[in-house]
Amino acid sequence: MALTTSSLRRAARTTRTAKSGGAGPSGWLAAPALVFFLVFAVVPLIGVVVLSFTRWDGLGEIKLDGLSSWATVLTDPVTGNALIVTAKIMFFSFIVQAPISLLLGVFTAGGQKYRAALAVLYFVPLLLSSAAVAIAFKALLDPNFGMGPGLGIPALAQDWLGDSDLVLFVVVFVIAWQFVPFHTLIYQGGVRQIPASFYEAAQIDGAGRVKQFFHITLPQLKYTIITSSTLMVVGSLAYFDLIFVLTAGGPGYSTRLLPLHMYLTGFKANDMGAASALGVILVVIGLGLALLLQRLGGTNRNASQLEGA
Amino acid sequence: MASTTQLPLPAPTSAPGPSRTQAASRRRAFRGRPNIGGALGGWFWLAVIILPVYYVVITSLKDQGGFFTTNPLVPPAEPTLDNYQLVLQNDFVRYFANSLIVTVGSVIPGLLVSFMASYAIVRGNGWFISATNKLFLLGLAIPLHATIIPIYWMITRAHMYDTLLALILPSIAFSIPISVLILANFMRDVPNELFESMRLDGCSDWTMMWRLALPMVRPAVVTVGIYNALHVWNGFLFPLILTQSPATRVLPLSLWTFQGEFSVNIPAVLAAVVLATLPLLVLYVVARRQLLSGLTAGFSK
Repeated sequence: MALTTSSLRRAARTTRTAKSGGAGPSGWLAAPALVFFLVFAVVPLIGVVVLSFTRWDGLGEIKLDGLSSWATVLTDPVTGNALIVTAKIMFFSFIVQAPISLLLGVFTAGGQKYRAALAVLYFVPLLLSSAAVAIAFKALLDPNFGMGPGLGIPALAQDWLGDSDLVLFVVVFVIAWQFVPFHTLIYQGGVRQIPASFYEAAQIDGAGRVKQFFHITLPQLKYTIITSSTLMVVGSLAYFDLIFVLTAGGPGYSTRLLPLHMYLTGFKANDMGAASALGVILVVIGLGLALLLQRLGGTNRNASQLEGA
Repeated sequence: MASTTQLPLPAPTSAPGPSRTQAASRRRAFRGRPNIGGALGGWFWLAVIILPVYYVVITSLKDQGGFFTTNPLVPPAEPTLDNYQLVLQNDFVRYFANSLIVTVGSVIPGLLVSFMASYAIVRGNGWFISATNKLFLLGLAIPLHATIIPIYWMITRAHMYDTLLALILPSIAFSIPISVLILANFMRDVPNELFESMRLDGCSDWTMMWRLALPMVRPAVVTVGIYNALHVWNGFLFPLILTQSPATRVLPLSLWTFQGEFSVNIPAVLAAVVLATLPLLVLYVVARRQLLSGLTAGFSK
């Protein structure tokens, strides 16, 4: 699930550098991991393509069925809707999470004691399962017994999860609540690698805090930004469990994004062929986005400040 | 040979060292003016994070009548542990044990095979190792969850449906790419001279792997282990599609089913949430530094 620009570059680079001394360990050491990965990741990956050309209800026999699953999936308006919902959630959660994580990362990287103390609490959501987060927010957002009446603010006592116009933004907020801590951590690590001398020099030149942020912090974080953004965008294709428990895709189809649509098609509507076709679409989108973002990061590789860091 | 490996060498990891603390304090010295905007934002985000946690904890201590009648954000006048008792009576311990078995059962073998693979990738060469490495890197870019249907087919075919092993095996496989990536990145920082000198002493790769590479990357192994454990412990999708009966139910799935069974008894559902999170909270308190610094180093490498 995770993917980092600079680490991938390191990984690829060092493989090419042959070790001195010739011998090196036998490839057999990599075999157990390879076998696990082949059996439970590569074979299923091929399997999902094969199954998309079959008809299967999940229990009975699997029958070859040509392109009919694809025809079903591609003509089904729910699929188009799921793609739109996925794109919306991806876009809005990026817009919300990226700036907050960046600012919090810079904030928590500062030396002040209270910031370190706050950071300890910021990372608590990392520990909770998506199911736990969803259940907690379901209760908290209840218009009668949740936060709204608790604070006595009528505007907060909406039917947050029942209103098809609001629900998407609620989902985006809950996703941000759960995942901002992880990205804050990545940015915090990135900021801490910026040499302090840069700031000292800027200080001597009389640059203020805002100027320092835009002229030192932001450019220096270029590769951290790409890493974090890649994780955010590709990761948003995996927001399954949170939404499944929080809204189950509803009301109507308003939060039924692609992974959820795949699950419901396969395991609730018992159409494994169509679900497999949706799985193939999911793989293609994920792979395409990851490659695109890596390319964005790779065009200017000589400027990598993290290289070798 | 043993003495070679026990030399007090500086850890090869880029975990936070004295230089960073120094840099931080220097930075603080230079930025004398307090950052009011930053502080306000920081405290505001704290409220955003803490409010739901606070709500879950206080609500779990209310009785059902109190839940419907008192202000949702005011702690109960007479806190009760009845909800916790109810959850514990509903097989919570079994679900907990299942989660523990699945987590330990997938993290330990996952670490073992990933460590061996990363040793081969960093120290070895040849087309086989190179191809394996590329395959794992590719695995990072693919949303592996898209493959749940063939996995379901394989597990049912192998007569493993509704067993804990059905959860363990794919979890191991899915943890391999990221584990190999992080472990290999740390292992590259072990100076080549150390391997050379051990080789001159006549050590085999097998010996070097355990006596030199493992001690040198131990912090990374712990970090990757915690990271994977977090994922497996909280995993929801595999249990949802690969298990069915209460005998194989794990904690995240039990929260979901509690929600169905207790329905209107929200305090009891939230007590289950607290109980399911408690072990991780304890782990966080104990191993916070290790987890956070390791993750920071692992991802920004």
